[in-house]
Amino acid sequence: MPDTSTKIILKDNDTAINNLGTTFVINPYDEWYALVRALELKEAGIATDIHLITVGRADVEPVIRKALALGGDEAVRIDADSNDPFETAGYIADYAKFVGYDLVLSGKEAIDYNNGTTGVMIAELLDMDFIGFATDIQIETNTATVKREIEGGEETDSCTLPLVIACQKGVAEARIPNMRGIMAARTRPLKVITPAAVMPLTAVLSYEMPPAKAGVKLVSPDNMDELVELLHSEAKVI
Amino acid sequence: MNATEPISAIKGGEFLIRETTADSIFIPEQWDEEQLMIADTCTNFLAQHVTPNLARIDEQEEGLMPHLMEEAGALGLLGISIPEQYGGFGKDFKTSMLVTEKLGAGHSFSVAFSAHSGIGTLPILYYGNDAQKEKYIPKLASGEWKGAYCLTEPGSGSDANSGKSRARLSEDGKYYLLTGQKMWITNAGFADVFTVFAKIDNDENLSAFIVEKDFEGLTLNAEEHKMGIKGSSTRQVFFNDCMVPVENLLSERQNGFKIAVNILNLGRIKLGGGTVGSSKEVITLAVRYANEREQFGRPISKYGAIRYKLAEQAIRTFASESAIYRASENMEQATEHLIETGLDPIKAKLKGTEQYAIEAAIIKVHASETLDYVVDEGVQIYGGMGYSAEAPMDRAYRDSRINRIFEGTNEINRMLTVDMMLKRALKGELDLMGPAQKVAGELMSIPDFGAAEEAGLFTKEKKYVANFKKAVLMVAGAAVQKLMQQLGKEQEVLMSLADMLIELYVSESIQLRVEKLVGMRGEEACAVQLDMMRVYINDAAEKIAHAGKEALNAFAEGDERKMMMMGLKRFTKTDDFNTTQARRNVAAKLIAENKYCF
Repeated sequence: MPDTSTKIILKDNDTAINNLGTTFVINPYDEWYALVRALELKEAGIATDIHLITVGRADVEPVIRKALALGGDEAVRIDADSNDPFETAGYIADYAKFVGYDLVLSGKEAIDYNNGTTGVMIAELLDMDFIGFATDIQIETNTATVKREIEGGEETDSCTLPLVIACQKGVAEARIPNMRGIMAARTRPLKVITPAAVMPLTAVLSYEMPPAKAGVKLVSPDNMDELVELLHSEAKVI
Repeated sequence: MNATEPISAIKGGEFLIRETTADSIFIPEQWDEEQLMIADTCTNFLAQHVTPNLARIDEQEEGLMPHLMEEAGALGLLGISIPEQYGGFGKDFKTSMLVTEKLGAGHSFSVAFSAHSGIGTLPILYYGNDAQKEKYIPKLASGEWKGAYCLTEPGSGSDANSGKSRARLSEDGKYYLLTGQKMWITNAGFADVFTVFAKIDNDENLSAFIVEKDFEGLTLNAEEHKMGIKGSSTRQVFFNDCMVPVENLLSERQNGFKIAVNILNLGRIKLGGGTVGSSKEVITLAVRYANEREQFGRPISKYGAIRYKLAEQAIRTFASESAIYRASENMEQATEHLIETGLDPIKAKLKGTEQYAIEAAIIKVHASETLDYVVDEGVQIYGGMGYSAEAPMDRAYRDSRINRIFEGTNEINRMLTVDMMLKRALKGELDLMGPAQKVAGELMSIPDFGAAEEAGLFTKEKKYVANFKKAVLMVAGAAVQKLMQQLGKEQEVLMSLADMLIELYVSESIQLRVEKLVGMRGEEACAVQLDMMRVYINDAAEKIAHAGKEALNAFAEGDERKMMMMGLKRFTKTDDFNTTQARRNVAAKLIAENKYCF
């Protein structure tokens, strides 16, 4: 997805985003938490093979290799364009069914469209259990113990594999690719897969830029009347 | 350089008399995917481990700096260009320069990093025997051991060979007993290995020794209190009959001065890389501040006075960077060629680097003075906040200043630039005489009024650069003729000649970079870079004219002076150009991107 500092420019009558000159990065929830936790599980002798799966065209390959520089045994690029979570999940589930994974880790959401639904859809399509908003993942033999954030607290779940988990902050600490990983990234396999036939459920009609931020008004603490008046007449919240 | 056509490769210093083609140079826009990943690792390392801890680093919190060095070592950043057999990654020179540049924004950490991976490691890597390399290099590459370099003494700084430290063989012949005092030793407080220079008995020249911190007779003074780079450990190191095993003599007896000089050649161009990295970071901070700070109801980045500063910071940085990677590529290709001719890779690297010692000295001066300009205007853009220790410009301003002093002061480097150029001419390696005489002849002829020439995108700038060469050849040629042996003592003239050479080299470098870039991306995409090039070369013409005038007035007289002054005017003449508009264009791009973006 576009780097968070990217200036978004719309094109084609605001129906598409101009990606010319945009720097792309890995979704931080995927990179910092899902991938790093997978690597930790492998380092601990629990996971055996780590596959990094993405949906995208050839121009996303530098981003996948960057993920491979962190670690992982092979990368898979499903050769399609998709902004629709069902379509993305469909492609990934189709490939996952073919390989037969014990554990699928995703980020809790992508930071571009913020759908937060790809992970759970993959679970549904694969008929696997799903845990979202995970903050801690422990695996012992065939059972996962997962802490997840819930409204106002934390829940601890236990679930047998196979399983899909959507990860967020807490699952692992961000890592920086080291020289050994960067040099190995070139030699690790990157498979390109033709996508299965999946129809998107949604289509983007148009984009709108958020309104410019309004200025901040400072009100002196001695002047409560003015504050109340402003909240009533300008902010219209009371 | 193409291996089958070694003659076509430009030699060190030859830029003064030969043209370089744009396609033969390397430009930073050519980094490949792996190199960009390495650069990202450096940037992320600074962002996560160094920048949030700058205050703690400057307070010299116990153990913090060595810990950061170990973290950098764990990422592989201390062994980028060290051969794989010694635990490194065997990357090329440009890649290690890129790492130096990206880590250059790390203030005191950058100094510790550069000292360790440069002067702390390279003497052993380049001059050590197999046993010495096997013992020390893997540990230095991993960061388990930290390195330092002891050359300067209280009484010998720029004049390095005059040091008083002495070594004598012990009675049993097993040790050298080293006695002396070394000063301004970077990393001394936590270094495990020191490369120490001293004369054996009454030798004329220095020898070099590998000294471990635990060798008996080595003691450290307290930390120095410095203007800047406060987090960098700087101490005096005392050797009192320090027992150095004979097998720790580095290279041959009396070879130390050569080691010191050659390592400094590398250190100089690397310093250029580090300061460019630092400049880019300071510019980004300045742009962000200018976009956020409002006065009279508008962000100060809307004001021309501020825009001028932002643009000029970026133009000088871009120009310096162009020269750095151009020379790095020359060094690398010369090294590769020497390896192909059968030379040992490490000797080839030293020889390849030495060949471009003139360019290295030029870059050291230009890049360090660019950073000083950038931080000075950075403080100014921040205004009152620039003077506050709460804001980042305070540290940037203080930390920058050392760069004009270490790795050979800028004055020494300016003198070296001219000295090396003339020595190579005397040795017959560079034919300066012929071209200089040709220019002298041209002075007598009718000036070329720029008759029908095909006007390409770079026609003007190429002509300006060619004329700058004539200006330098004319003034330098006359200086040599007039002053003969005295020239070495006329330091003011040497400084002026060096300034001319520096501006010439950097002007040509920025022109070639932009030409190559336009070839890659097209003219439209390079509009701002074209503006940067035009402003730089326009101003360089004036600087060259000024320096030339200073020099000519110092030694030339009468009609001859008049004639040369006219020649100088002719060779530094440029067409009228609206630099104000061009700088506004550069600033507009910086302001829109909210960062250094070239």
